[in-house]
Amino acid sequence: MYAVEAVDIVKTFGEIRALDGVTVRFEPGIVYGFLGPNGAGKTTLIRVLTTLLKPDSGTATVDGINVLEDAVAVRQHIGLAGQYAAVDEYLTGRENIEMVGRLYNLSSSDAKARADEVLERIHLTEAAHRQVRTYSGGMRRRLDLAASMVGKPRVLFLDEPTTGVDPASRLDLWDLIEELVEGGTTLLLTTQYLEEADRLADRIGVIDHGKLIAEGTPDELKDQMGGDVVEIHVHPEDRAAAAAAMARVDGDEPVVEGNSISIPAPDAAQTLTAVVRELDASSVAPKDIALRKPTLNDVFLTLTGHKAEDEVAPVAARARRGGRS
Amino acid sequence: MTTTTSRRKRRVGLRATITHTRVITKRNMLRNIRLPQLVFFATVQPVMFLLLFNYVFGGAITTGTPVGADDYIQFLIPGILVQTAVFGSAQTSLGLTEDLAAGIIDRFRSLPMARSAVLAGRTFADLVRNVFVNTLMLSVGFLMGWRFEQGFASMVLGVALVLSFGYSMSWVMATIGLAVKSPEAAQTAGFLPIFPLVFASSVFVPVESMPDWLQSFAEKQPITILTNTARSLMLPEESLPLLGLDRGTLILQSLAWTAVIIIVFAPLAVRQYRRAVG
Repeated sequence: MYAVEAVDIVKTFGEIRALDGVTVRFEPGIVYGFLGPNGAGKTTLIRVLTTLLKPDSGTATVDGINVLEDAVAVRQHIGLAGQYAAVDEYLTGRENIEMVGRLYNLSSSDAKARADEVLERIHLTEAAHRQVRTYSGGMRRRLDLAASMVGKPRVLFLDEPTTGVDPASRLDLWDLIEELVEGGTTLLLTTQYLEEADRLADRIGVIDHGKLIAEGTPDELKDQMGGDVVEIHVHPEDRAAAAAAMARVDGDEPVVEGNSISIPAPDAAQTLTAVVRELDASSVAPKDIALRKPTLNDVFLTLTGHKAEDEVAPVAARARRGGRS
Repeated sequence: MTTTTSRRKRRVGLRATITHTRVITKRNMLRNIRLPQLVFFATVQPVMFLLLFNYVFGGAITTGTPVGADDYIQFLIPGILVQTAVFGSAQTSLGLTEDLAAGIIDRFRSLPMARSAVLAGRTFADLVRNVFVNTLMLSVGFLMGWRFEQGFASMVLGVALVLSFGYSMSWVMATIGLAVKSPEAAQTAGFLPIFPLVFASSVFVPVESMPDWLQSFAEKQPITILTNTARSLMLPEESLPLLGLDRGTLILQSLAWTAVIIIVFAPLAVRQYRRAVG
């Protein structure tokens, strides 16, 4: 049995095809990450799988239960933490968690005991008696996470669990999420951060414009790049000349991000040597030159022609990959 | 995977529905107590209305009821109970739209809980709030010289009818709030129908003082009916002929308005709820 199985899900909002025939399935006990930029359809897919939204067509099961036909049973077995912390500002942390427990049909005393348990697990025991409006952004996310765990879900859904939190809280949340899934909870998370998917997910589905465009383990996705990458860092005034030199080696436009320029290196050391030779011929002295493993960022650029994170795609990258976006 | 189709569909049972409604009601009541602006709207604002209307306008308004020329407060209290109950119902649309905006409704919908509990819990909490506000108004009114003239039971019946009407208006407000969705729009859209209804009624002045065209509307609309019903249960016997209708008819009409509004708007609110969140 699959933990999650979605087959050919289509959802349109007016003219926009938010989900354009997404099929995805994975087995229990793993962390599956949906990676994609803003507006790719990640949240829509989560909303379909958690019974919040009916798709136009397609079928889905969670924990073997049909999402469309038996929504109440699905809800008993899932936990959801949405994009913003959906916790009540004017209740205390404990009141929030107990309320959710009661709504998962726990008895009053079970809800209390369970609240103690999850508050302990997310390290909020000390702040539990305080109203949530006194919490920091990171604490709210943790509380939201706790609320999603109250029902001992068989499948946990986290929609962009660290979007909008500061870097320190993000590291905290990652640790916490890793702790949570150690117990074997199946987790589906969405993210626009490559680093997050790389760190947390066992499998990654890359989603863009409502379509699943690639799928695999982080390593498999990196292998799709066909090997290593040569990346150089140059002084700003050398950028144009360096980019031209790199282009001569690769036969295509390089990826330029600020003062770093990279090209695929299918022949590893030989490509590197060729780069050094071309740079020398153009009288460019790089600050740094390295042969490195591709990151998910490279993968995303290769697949979609734009970056995964929420930034404007570099012009060079768009030109290079031509027309996918 | 074919086993999923043969599985019996799970529904939320009645007992669970009652528990969920209680849990949501309690949560909303805690918010009503803890949000400073809500406490203000439930205490200072209605009392201010009562004081201003009585001491600023009271002297200038001839009620026509033989309760004594300086006894505007006797006339005002039943009316202002209706006004506060109806204004209080705006809390329903505000609360729902705030929960929508904050993602709280999404969380509720992802839980294995009765969907009806969200709306029921909201309207019940606002009913409790109205009970509190009405009690406060009566207490302040008592200090200002208001007395109930037909016994305690009649007075309580009058208040109960007013509160039931306020509850029915909560469903109107829920429908409006869920249609406009944002808390800001809900506030404006909610008060749009309320203001003319409350002021073009017998709440503050006798409808006889209004121009004919307005009077024919004002004397028949539900807020006047409710106000006059409450008056028929609180003013001294000799004032009652001036209410136009006899007490029994007024009570029946009040109950009818309350029932019709709930029957029409509760399903509408539920439909809007499904639409707002889908």
